[in-house]
Amino acid sequence: MATKTASTQHKEVLITGFGGQGIVLAGQILGKAASLVDRKESTLTQSYGPEARGGACSAQVIISQSTIHYPYVRIPHIVLCLSQGGYDKYANSVRSDGMLIVDQDLVRISEGSDRTLYRVPATRIAEELGRKMMANIVMLGFLSAVSDVVTKDALHATVVKSVPKGTEELNSTAFHKGYDYGAAILKGIEKKAAGKKGAKS
Amino acid sequence: MRPEVLTGEHFLTGDEACAEGALAAGCRFFGAYPITPATEIAEHMALHLPEVGGTFIQMEDEIAAMASVLGASCAGAKSMTATSGPGFSLMMENLGLGIYTETPCVLVNVQRAGPSTGLPTMPAQGDMMQARWGSHGHYEIIALAPSSPQEMFYQTITAFNLSEIFRLPVLIMADEVTGHLSEKVVIPEAAAIKLQTRKLPKGRKDRFKPFQPGPDGIPPMAAAGEGYGIHVTGLTHDERGYPVMSPDAHEKLVARIVGKIRNNLHRIIETESYRLDDAEIALISYGVSARSSLAAVDEAREKGIKAGLLRLITVWPFPEELIASLAKRMKALVTVEINLGQIHLEVERCSRGQCPAFLVGHAGGTVISPDRILESLEAISK
Repeated sequence: MATKTASTQHKEVLITGFGGQGIVLAGQILGKAASLVDRKESTLTQSYGPEARGGACSAQVIISQSTIHYPYVRIPHIVLCLSQGGYDKYANSVRSDGMLIVDQDLVRISEGSDRTLYRVPATRIAEELGRKMMANIVMLGFLSAVSDVVTKDALHATVVKSVPKGTEELNSTAFHKGYDYGAAILKGIEKKAAGKKGAKS
Repeated sequence: MRPEVLTGEHFLTGDEACAEGALAAGCRFFGAYPITPATEIAEHMALHLPEVGGTFIQMEDEIAAMASVLGASCAGAKSMTATSGPGFSLMMENLGLGIYTETPCVLVNVQRAGPSTGLPTMPAQGDMMQARWGSHGHYEIIALAPSSPQEMFYQTITAFNLSEIFRLPVLIMADEVTGHLSEKVVIPEAAAIKLQTRKLPKGRKDRFKPFQPGPDGIPPMAAAGEGYGIHVTGLTHDERGYPVMSPDAHEKLVARIVGKIRNNLHRIIETESYRLDDAEIALISYGVSARSSLAAVDEAREKGIKAGLLRLITVWPFPEELIASLAKRMKALVTVEINLGQIHLEVERCSRGQCPAFLVGHAGGTVISPDRILESLEAISK
């Protein structure tokens, strides 16, 4: 599983988008799952402007095996972008061994980056399920498939606990759709890698 | 009804943890006017205070909010308010009234960047001197500075305890980052939390003097409506609480109120040392800036710079003697804070010229990065 980032002592995750997309909720679910279920240390900080919706917004999650002093991202391991602005601002700040995950319908990718990049139709998947606002949960499902910064079970359980009553099942489905999409992409990459290997020998 | 005190492990923001600390401390009145980044404290209290039989009031402004808190306390309730920047300014007059009438209460300031409305959603630590001297007249104040949601919980309890013991308003000088930061908060069983309550009067109600101090300089406090004769005024008063317009009465009263803190420094001041034992440069910081400082200390040590941190948990009263003794054995003191030099002035004064004092600070809007502290440490150690 070369494409799955190894879990080390300290991971920095940045989630960016607009106010109203559930960016902070996604960060909160991730941090909570890592802290209360996976039993690691985690912090969540958020930044937003004076407006309630539509402004640029980001959530920063640090997950670590030891005490977290500085609760902000310095060089992110993982950047999730649900807006073009977030991508433009942070795409180049990702660690060389880190990963970028973008909503493919909201973000136009610029050429030339050698970081691992995943394109996810998160908003489209959420729309197909009937609620566009669940794109954040689709993204979390995807994240748990391609990275082991948090365990899938912890994240799923926390999603179900954190969403409004009556929407648990729908959000659970959104999470699994995201996870399955990630798992399928990884499988594709593995197959491709195996194929290349085969061709070489 | 939820249990009186929430227990167990939770992933909470500092603001939520502060509200939970207040509930755990027995706070039963909260009067406030919402303001970013302290609004979540009011929201949490509005939701949960009625569940434990308490009262939440959104007042028309912060002047009234502070007044409501003093009134509720005079009626016997542990009471609190929470605000930020502009609201803190409006509360200054009634803060002085609370100090002079010896009314226990807790005032939380989740600091954002000022002056004026400044940067409402962004952090600063620019109200530290306002906390010390913002109300008129000469007084002493207790101000705590939490660095994490867990500390927001415990310091709120500590603030209530100190306010009840010394019959004074106590300030919690948080910052936007600590208020909005989410982290694990462990809340113990109610039985494991030590609570203090104000000393109550004994003896005949008709002979009660509401401002007659005990041997510790602190008068017992009767709640209004219990039958004790009570007179409360912001004018200089005698032990009966009646106005006395004389320099002698003024000297006596102000000296006693100031003495409540000056004579009990050891019971109030709390600090935390990190890698100071063999340090040559001591960082001095508090609130979120102390977290940046902790990271910088570790990184400086990796580069062979012997740095340590003195974290101020209590900022006022200032740990004057501790700073003086540190200055004696350090090559330099470096204050790290999100302002252009406030606590730095105190550090400089208390170092008594024994070593140079530097500042790592800026005007606010963001935290201080560990890199900036590290740069300063490298420059100083050269």
